[in-house]
Amino acid sequence: MSAATLSVQDLSWSPGRGAGTLLRSTSFALEAGRVLGIVGPNGAGKTTLLRLLYRFHRPTTGTVRVDGDDIWALSARSVAQRIAAVLQEQPSDFALTVGEIVALGRTPHRRGFGGSTGSHDKDVIDDALDRLDLHGLGDRHLGTLSGGERQRVMVARALAQEPQLLILDEPTNHLDIRHQLEVLDLIRNLPLTIVTSLHDLNLAAGVCDDVLLIQSGQTAGFGPPDQVLSEAAVSDAFQVMARREQLSRSNTDHLTFHLQKQGTHT
Amino acid sequence: MSEITNRAQVSRKLGGMPAFLVGGVILLVISLSLAISVGAVPVPLGTVWGVILNKLSPGLVEETWSRSREAIVWEIRFPRALLATMVGAGLAMVGASLQAVTRNPLADPHLLGISSGGAFGAILALLHTGLFIGLLTVPLLAFAGALGTTFIVLGVSRFADATSADRLVLAGVAVSFIIMACANVLIFLADPKATHIVVFWMLGGLGLAQWGQLIYPLIILVACAAWLMWKAQDLNAVTVGDETASTLGIPVARFRLAVFVVGALITGVMVAFSGIIGFVGLMVPHVVRMLVGGDYARVLPGSALLGAVFLLWADITARTIMAPEDMPIGIVTGLVGGVFFVWLLGRRKSFG
Repeated sequence: MSAATLSVQDLSWSPGRGAGTLLRSTSFALEAGRVLGIVGPNGAGKTTLLRLLYRFHRPTTGTVRVDGDDIWALSARSVAQRIAAVLQEQPSDFALTVGEIVALGRTPHRRGFGGSTGSHDKDVIDDALDRLDLHGLGDRHLGTLSGGERQRVMVARALAQEPQLLILDEPTNHLDIRHQLEVLDLIRNLPLTIVTSLHDLNLAAGVCDDVLLIQSGQTAGFGPPDQVLSEAAVSDAFQVMARREQLSRSNTDHLTFHLQKQGTHT
Repeated sequence: MSEITNRAQVSRKLGGMPAFLVGGVILLVISLSLAISVGAVPVPLGTVWGVILNKLSPGLVEETWSRSREAIVWEIRFPRALLATMVGAGLAMVGASLQAVTRNPLADPHLLGISSGGAFGAILALLHTGLFIGLLTVPLLAFAGALGTTFIVLGVSRFADATSADRLVLAGVAVSFIIMACANVLIFLADPKATHIVVFWMLGGLGLAQWGQLIYPLIILVACAAWLMWKAQDLNAVTVGDETASTLGIPVARFRLAVFVVGALITGVMVAFSGIIGFVGLMVPHVVRMLVGGDYARVLPGSALLGAVFLLWADITARTIMAPEDMPIGIVTGLVGGVFFVWLLGRRKSFG
């Protein structure tokens, strides 16, 4: 596994003529191996930005470069060999097993007829199953797994793609605390460049090297979490009263939130 | 659900796919022989294979049968059984592929109106336009009708924002009603003498099978089946979701369109030669998934085999249940398939 640099320049996107712009001239650069968290209120454009990064939407303006190459100058297949994504899509129940889903990750590397699996493919798939502790579940149907197990399957599938850049859309959604921590721990320790959207700002601050705060499609801050997630910026972006407090036992920063009303209303 | 899991695991332990394929081929050969043997005039199995082997390699077996028996086996029942095999295999593979690209377990060429479109095209050719490009007119217009209807259904489902599984089927059923009404107008406007045979064919009839025409469905079936098998992994990927499939390098929109065109091609040609035979595409892939799991590299050949066997038995039933009358085979598949459909709806309810 190796990591790639990601550079985004003047990226904007709107769904079509007459429709509003969902993302405006966004620029940032991410060094290889770093973890970027994308945070912002609902509808701010997090998912849109991710879709532009994994080449699902074609940008209205601007470019996305992975290791210096514009992803729209490359074929879909060669982008899929470098960028993998773990999305929130729920697979329909077509009786695929965990092993078969993870094997899908080899699709962009495959040549030849049907689903023939070479010995290298097998090694990569085994490695991905191992890394996510899924070996006992290889023959299980996806429909019979818990939410946390499914999420691990989808991450294993993405790792089987042998990407240099891994994109995750709300990987902790619907997971209980232990599984949230497990997924984030895994993400932090992968030797890949990682972009993930996260709802929980404190989790984001704990896991990410950099944070991109977006608000109504515009960048409200990019940089290390303690600088970007200031009380003022978070309060403004989320329309809440955010306070940065020190936890007394662990001596770490922690953001707390209140509705603005609370202070003024009687 | 766990029952399905267990069965899939058991079948995998037993050697899985090779065993299933060998068993399926044996079952197919047995069903094919019986389909030729059974009928108003019973022909012993030995005679069936004697005639066939002698035709393939003259003089191989000593002729102990009459000319009329030979004609029944070779001119009537064998081409009919082969057509049943191809129609069953084709429709089952179309159903399986449509279920993947629509992520809809209820997708079926009949329910989505594709068969009705094919019938409309075929009726147009048979009763109105005449065979202006020879024998190929009927399958070509059937393909055009099937493809046109596919696009209408997709358009309607987009217009009605019918992205969910059940609403896509409703869109298909609605369009199917409209197209069938138009097809009935075509029948009504035509020469009454010609309409009887068309009505019978429309309910599903393999009785018109002739050696000279079998080559067209065969070519289409082999070509389309090869393409679908080549794309088996992509079919697996789209069951996970459009965006995930596209991050795997699959051009999802174009791929789905290609599968719809291939589905219309197979359905159109099969409808042209056998009329509307419903529910094969709905039923067979579900049974196959229970036996061999969900990987399309196994679902597709499994569906082809089981679809062929199912249709051969449906045809045997249709020919014997009211012998010597030939009941339209569509009635048999409709009856079995309708009951299966109800069962499927009930089962889906239980796990969302």
